[in-house]
Amino acid sequence: MRIGPFLLRRLLLSFFVLIGISVLIFVIARIVPGDPARMALGPRAPQEVVDRLRKEMYLDKSIPEQYFYWIKGVVQGDFGKSLYSKRDVSADIMEYLPATLELAFLSAIFMVIFAIILGVLAARYRDTWVDTVIRTMSYLGVAIPAFVVAVLFLLLFGYVWPILPVIGRYSAWIVPPSPVTGFAGLDSLFAGNFSAFWDSFKHLLLPAFALALGSIFQEARITRSAMVDNMNKDFLAAERGYGIPERVIMFKYLLKPSLIPTVSVMGLDIASLMGNAFLVELIFNWPGISRYGINAMLNKDLNAISAVIIIFGLIFVVVNIIVDLIVAYLDPRIRLSGARGS
Amino acid sequence: MEPLLEVQNLHVWYRVYGGYSKVLNGVNFLVNKGERVGLVGEAGCGKTTTMKTILRILPDQVSKIAQGKILFNGQDILQMNGNALQRIRSQGIAMIFQDPTAALNPVFTVGEQLSDVIRFSLRSIAQRKVEKKSIKQVAMQALKDVSMPDQERILGTYPIQLSGGMRQRVCISMAITTKRELLIADEPGTSLDVTIQDQILRLLHELVKQQNTSIILITHSLGVAREMTDRIYVMYAGTMVETAKADELFANPLHPYTLGLLASVPKLTGGGIAKGIPGRLPDYRNPPPGCRFSPRCPRAMPVCEFSPPPFFDVGYEHKVACYLFQESRND
Repeated sequence: MRIGPFLLRRLLLSFFVLIGISVLIFVIARIVPGDPARMALGPRAPQEVVDRLRKEMYLDKSIPEQYFYWIKGVVQGDFGKSLYSKRDVSADIMEYLPATLELAFLSAIFMVIFAIILGVLAARYRDTWVDTVIRTMSYLGVAIPAFVVAVLFLLLFGYVWPILPVIGRYSAWIVPPSPVTGFAGLDSLFAGNFSAFWDSFKHLLLPAFALALGSIFQEARITRSAMVDNMNKDFLAAERGYGIPERVIMFKYLLKPSLIPTVSVMGLDIASLMGNAFLVELIFNWPGISRYGINAMLNKDLNAISAVIIIFGLIFVVVNIIVDLIVAYLDPRIRLSGARGS
Repeated sequence: MEPLLEVQNLHVWYRVYGGYSKVLNGVNFLVNKGERVGLVGEAGCGKTTTMKTILRILPDQVSKIAQGKILFNGQDILQMNGNALQRIRSQGIAMIFQDPTAALNPVFTVGEQLSDVIRFSLRSIAQRKVEKKSIKQVAMQALKDVSMPDQERILGTYPIQLSGGMRQRVCISMAITTKRELLIADEPGTSLDVTIQDQILRLLHELVKQQNTSIILITHSLGVAREMTDRIYVMYAGTMVETAKADELFANPLHPYTLGLLASVPKLTGGGIAKGIPGRLPDYRNPPPGCRFSPRCPRAMPVCEFSPPPFFDVGYEHKVACYLFQESRND
């Protein structure tokens, strides 16, 4: 598999995408009315203090120069100070990002597993009650926004039938392990604290599921229709005719070509999970970066906004490269034409 | 001669919007052991449907086998359970499809697909797991048998990296990996250009001779059928209308449809565009109740419109489904 040139091309392209995002977000952040230095220091700060801060933040320079100084910091991991929390934005991000990543990660796993299982079931038992039930659930799942699902979960599993925790990352009686990576699961495992691991995992379940639900059903539908399309293809008839058993046909020769559209859409869905996570994080009191980002916007915390958007852009780009690699693995037609083109 | 495959009164319908499209309307035919049988007829007359029904690989959500029997070595394929059917597919019958591009899975390598075919065939024969190494050997040999060079490399390629002719060779290699009693070749050259088509047909001819298998060769070309087969069936709109030894059929064609088919072959030396048969295939959703050819037949009689004609034996193993030959025997 000639993956080298393919990957190189995608990386180069992504680099320009990130530059574009950074310019866009920087310019928008700078041309909105209001003086960041004044907003940081408050209305009663003396003018010379404000001027000193302006100089420190390079606000007296032209916008291209400002961008240059800002991006120089960004590539070194320095996003400046949060005008609201007065801490380094990078420190805030290190604190909040892992919580959202672990949420998105588990959501993505749910998405892959349940979307494929439901899609295969619906296709295998198409036009029977199984298909009808999954279809009805899909319409509901796609139509109901994640935050409504979150509230329903809160009500069901937190109040009516309290089997899972609904608030935060750890239960009150658990001593959280010292943060090494910031990921609750990993940190607990490093500390050898299995009860903390299990507890944090249980805390993840509901928010992750609420976040994944809409996408699960959307992708189950895509998987189903791709499988049903491929079912009547000659190559399956041929493979059946040559004596390959039905289960191998289903789970190998039918599933692989049918997953190509699912995986492409899944990439977009996983990336947009980060944005959708905001309301879910709010409802489950999850200390994540989406919530941090929204608060930054409400507080006009420009450095924090820029940083969150850059990080989201980076995640989006990385997820898409991974998805492209998976699609290229699944579909030699894409892989081979890509290699020929470069 | 011992019968190998006997199709009796086969009716197959496709589900379409608002009812059924009754494509196969009582197909009868017979293939003896070691016999090479040709099947000719215009596009859409049900040749491929018949063949796919024999292997039970028609997509079952759109099709329905309304009645009939398909006896292979005396056993009805339509009544078989999973295991018995599996045995038929891996040891009894294999089919080569018309369009090799559609018949190969685009997202698996040739080696992967060929290996699975071999793995499950051998397992069904030997009733045990087969070693990876010997599977590869069989795969290489199968490619060699269809005159593919550089087998090692071909095993690692995807179908899109091969030319049409090579794809068809791969398909044929899948059908012959383990010896089958009957090969079904569904217009194996139609989607290829003429010289490649010729090579493919020659190859099939050789393979059939070497392995002494029976073959059903579906073709548009009457010339190919005459050269490559012992006996020919002529099919029209879901029924067999005439069958005879290849030479007898060309010397003495009887059914009006067969006559029309022969007249529509363009001649190489002058004569202009061939005559053809006016009209077209009937609407399968609402087919004529009698002989399905009667609306196009130049010699149709009142009886033709009411009841479908059975085969009338006219001697010399020549049968024709036409009321014109109800009484006559040409011996």
